[in-house]
Amino acid sequence: MNMLLYGLITGVLFGFLLQKGRVLRYDKQLGALRLLDMTIVKFMFSAILVGMVGVYLLKDLGLVELSVRPIILGGSILGGLIFGVGWGLLGYCPGTQLGALGEGRWDALWGILGMMVGAALFVEAYPALKKTVLTWGDFGKATLPQALGLNHWFIIPLFVVAVLALFRWLERKKL
Amino acid sequence: MKLKEENGWSPYLAGALSGLVVIMSVWATGRFFGATTTFVRSAGMLEKLFAPERVDRLAYFVKYVPKIDWQWMFVIGILIGSLLAAVTSGSFRWQALPDMWKKRFGSSLIKRAVVAFIGGVIAIFGARLAGGCPSGQGLSGSLQLSISGLIAVVGFFAGGVVTARLLYDRGGERK
Repeated sequence: MNMLLYGLITGVLFGFLLQKGRVLRYDKQLGALRLLDMTIVKFMFSAILVGMVGVYLLKDLGLVELSVRPIILGGSILGGLIFGVGWGLLGYCPGTQLGALGEGRWDALWGILGMMVGAALFVEAYPALKKTVLTWGDFGKATLPQALGLNHWFIIPLFVVAVLALFRWLERKKL
Repeated sequence: MKLKEENGWSPYLAGALSGLVVIMSVWATGRFFGATTTFVRSAGMLEKLFAPERVDRLAYFVKYVPKIDWQWMFVIGILIGSLLAAVTSGSFRWQALPDMWKKRFGSSLIKRAVVAFIGGVIAIFGARLAGGCPSGQGLSGSLQLSISGLIAVVGFFAGGVVTARLLYDRGGERK
């Protein structure tokens, strides 16, 4: 029960911030995919930078555990591209579409219904996928620091600098 | 356009605060953000109403048991949080057709519904294959420097950019 309440509170906070950051609406999502308006990229990478530093600090203190998905090239590459097609057509992400609905854009309902159907289809397809696509290029779980054999504090600052440079470039380009 | 954004926050600020929310969530509950499993569980709960024995036998529903969990509440929370932010800032607006969509594809509600629905089906299928969506692999995966997350994100944007280009940039002219 406590866990469910934590989930709700976390979602409310995140939904609130998504709306304040103006990243929920179709025009912002497609704006990014059309390379016209990078608001969601700025939002996303800002969250990633802060989250990265915080989570790795807590991990070093032994307070949290990482939770990464295994590297399965077939799934990641094919799935990523397929998701991208759906994202381009729908204009919302699975999480953001609930937020879009929350700010009144009720065309998100069609996406939600579509995702329920798509999820059911995936469940049916899973046994076959498990024997094919999801066996292609299975390298197990790994983070970039682990794969490169470096301490994460060598990589995190590089990532931070790269992203800040990206932000500066985006602002200069007015994207 | 400027006027509409007046109540919005900087995406850098909203994004950074979202990063803090992730950190607090991981610290308090060990849970990272994600959204697509909720659609799988929800589809399972609905199917259970009609064919409970069959649902119990499907491998994917054994792996992801149909039930309300932390993430399900998180996703509902996104809707509530967005609603609160929109209503308190006066940016709530019932809208059946995104501005960008309407300008390019006209005012047909049916057309938008069909494309959004199909987009939803495709998006969720791809996301499950990729191990998550922009909230899962994108945000949670990337901030952990997860290799599968970084690969998925590249796929998300590659697929999305190509699709958006096909939808909007016809005959070299941008609309």
